[in-house]
Amino acid sequence: MGCGMGKAAASLGKKREREHISVPAATAMRAALLIQRWYRQYVARLEMRRRCTWNIFQSIEYAGEQDQIKLYNFFGYLMEHFTPASSERSLISHIFRENDVVHDTEWERYFCYKSIEVSHGYHGPHLTFPMTFCEASKLVEAFKHKQLLHSRYVLQLLGEAWKLLRILPNINHVSTCHSKEITICGDLHGQLEDLLLVFYKNGLPSSEKPYVFNGDFVDRGKSSMEILLILFAFLLVYPNGVHLNRGNHEDHIVNLRYGFTKEVLGKYRVHGKKILKLLQKMFSWLPLATVIDGKVLVVHGGISDTTDLNVIARMERHKYVSALRPPKSSRRSAGGNRRAPCCTEGGEERNHHGTGARAPAPGPGSRHAAQRRSLHSGSAVEEELRQRRQQAGLSQSLQELRRLVSSSSSSDEDDDDADDDGGSDPQPRTPERDEWKQMVDLLWSDPMAQDGCQPNQVRGGGCYWGPDVTEEVLGRHHLQLLIRSHECKQDGYEFCHNRRVLTLFSASNYYEVGSNRGAYVRMGPDLVPHFIQYQSSQTCRTLTLRQSIGRTERSALCALREQLFAHKSDLLGAFQHYDPDNTGVISLKHWASAMEGVLKLGLPWRVLRSQLGTSTQDGMLDYREWIQDLVFSEPKHELSNASILETMYRNHSNLETIFRIIDTDHSGSLSFEEFRQTWKLLSAHLKTEVDDDAIADLALSIDFNKDGSIDINEFMEAFRLVALAVPS
Amino acid sequence: MADDRERAEILVTGVHKRINDAFQVFDHDLNKTVDVREIGAIVRSLGCFPTEAELLDIIDEVEEPNGFICFERFLPTMSKILMENKYRPIPEDTLLKAFEVLDQQKKGHLEPNELTEYMRQGDEPFTQLEMEEMLSSAVEPDSNLIYYKDFVNMMVLDGER
Repeated sequence: MGCGMGKAAASLGKKREREHISVPAATAMRAALLIQRWYRQYVARLEMRRRCTWNIFQSIEYAGEQDQIKLYNFFGYLMEHFTPASSERSLISHIFRENDVVHDTEWERYFCYKSIEVSHGYHGPHLTFPMTFCEASKLVEAFKHKQLLHSRYVLQLLGEAWKLLRILPNINHVSTCHSKEITICGDLHGQLEDLLLVFYKNGLPSSEKPYVFNGDFVDRGKSSMEILLILFAFLLVYPNGVHLNRGNHEDHIVNLRYGFTKEVLGKYRVHGKKILKLLQKMFSWLPLATVIDGKVLVVHGGISDTTDLNVIARMERHKYVSALRPPKSSRRSAGGNRRAPCCTEGGEERNHHGTGARAPAPGPGSRHAAQRRSLHSGSAVEEELRQRRQQAGLSQSLQELRRLVSSSSSSDEDDDDADDDGGSDPQPRTPERDEWKQMVDLLWSDPMAQDGCQPNQVRGGGCYWGPDVTEEVLGRHHLQLLIRSHECKQDGYEFCHNRRVLTLFSASNYYEVGSNRGAYVRMGPDLVPHFIQYQSSQTCRTLTLRQSIGRTERSALCALREQLFAHKSDLLGAFQHYDPDNTGVISLKHWASAMEGVLKLGLPWRVLRSQLGTSTQDGMLDYREWIQDLVFSEPKHELSNASILETMYRNHSNLETIFRIIDTDHSGSLSFEEFRQTWKLLSAHLKTEVDDDAIADLALSIDFNKDGSIDINEFMEAFRLVALAVPS
Repeated sequence: MADDRERAEILVTGVHKRINDAFQVFDHDLNKTVDVREIGAIVRSLGCFPTEAELLDIIDEVEEPNGFICFERFLPTMSKILMENKYRPIPEDTLLKAFEVLDQQKKGHLEPNELTEYMRQGDEPFTQLEMEEMLSSAVEPDSNLIYYKDFVNMMVLDGER
């Protein structure tokens, strides 16, 4: 009895105890504060990792762009110094071919879709023209279901859009008075899911719902073609509701490297070449900028201190089939010193038209100062190129070269390159070059934090421009805001220059799943931007911060390890330079210097050290062991010559670009001779030499079916790096 | 004496290098300045565990009028912090004990709203975003509970990278 009562009382008492037990407030507060402090530290470390990862991706991306431009400039140089008859020239000359002999009407005949039949086996959408809203939405639905549009309809749609583009002005002028709001999208880069997500959240384009698409619709992603078709379809239905700006990737030379050419040829095996040719022309006819209510400028890259919208409005934009290529007459007059409008030496040109800008402080690009390999300055470069050409077995001798240069230059008045003073002449400024520079600046420039304007050496095109330039240019044109894209931002958008410049990027998960959000902007007559952010993949929304950073990081490190592997020999050489006594170890400081010296990516190597599988003892690193650990799966074919393998890995983008240029009929395969010429061109472009025997071996070993020709895709696949080992 | 001095020098150089490396990650334009809002990440990534208030003190010392922080001013301040081992790390077991304190009933877990209540009060409460992020990694999805011992283990493991 007593017990029972006691028990009940006891349990009641305990219950009461539980109810009233409370941690003294002060103790709880202290504990909470501790946890908060810990957690914030943890998040900061994650942020550090995220930032490093971002830097890796970005520097590899921009180094690739720079590489591309260099390759292209090199070809241009070759073009100007070879006799028309030489075989090397004919291999690459078609990318420089002039179009002006043939008129647009004749091209229209060439691009005609009428002869193409649609077989009964085709299950994709059938389009009828003129394009209507229904037809355009039908197209969107079809692409949602992963259907492919028949080449007949592709050519028909593109042909109609081309006619429209040709009557559009260089600068679209848009007003918000007709509709309530206008929507602006940034880079899409072939990521159809993102475009569909924007349409889902915001609605399809129409006169009441106008859109501006700010360039870079293609390359990198898998559905560039579908994006273009959707955009052009809606452009046809609502010419006043859809406004397209050209981006630096709306350029057939860039497309050779970054995947769009490959995508089209893969999807349209029979008519791909024709479609590409038509798109090449359409890109050149895309408008360059959009101005909203006379107050907001929307342009893909940005501006420079010389940007003048009046010049831009007046130019014949379609002359610039590729923004990388200078206008025709300038090339002839410049003779041997043709160079890109970017990357001019020093500050000479800058200072002519700087608006009181101070001498550029070591700004962006000083990270990549070492990368500033000028292809352009005077005879030092010419000499180097001459040697390369000789090594490559290309026929031109220096004598012939000089004769060629002096003969072409003597026929032009404004050329001052004929004198062999060995110095670097600044590029003669002609109205054509000025105009060209205006255009390249619009498409390739990036903002920087400090005042001034400098050549954009990281990308190899356009400028870096500062807040003072923004104020001056916007002021001069009575504008209040510049909206641009061109750079990936983690949250999809970012302001800079006192909120006078807005970067807008609409391709989410650009570097990797979870790497960044995309964003678009809605703007009403008050011209205040409202942002909507999104991330396209279902899975990544459920990833925690930690998981998404981890994933992106692994991907970036993988990409970085590929770069390291490709430069193995150079790295070993650089390490050994710091180890004259051959001890096998070097200090961390030397390791970091060697890494940057070889790779020139401007990355914080010491911070990345631990994730690159390095362990140190007493601050010293066993570099031989470290290099050994850069393991990779056996390539499918063994090659006796290790250096050719490395050259190939290091330059696989360049190689692929050259392959595609040489494969003029887009057949996807090269003859042995063409293959040999490819390597010769590549080795002429690089520092390394590749000997004939090694090339012949390589060719034989990858000619799988022994028919004397090499399939491009198989070649690239056979040497793809498969999952480098991850250090634990 | 000379040995000591040499050792001290090596120590200082090491500290300077670490600070430089961390700074460089956030120095976008490579002009030796960072945005003041990044200071928290930099200081913490160097192994310090300051409170928000302590962070503001650091910022007060080094901030330039334009809202940036220059490396020249940051370096001596940060070096001193590291050499003095200010804002020491919280040991793992202390962190665990803190959770145990909050877990009054010694259940071994916390409910999301319990944790939220604690984290969102006090002198330096979590923002909505911080709270959401913490919950997303701390809450075990099936049970909707926070097994804090596991959570602490996970965060410590991540930290050792």
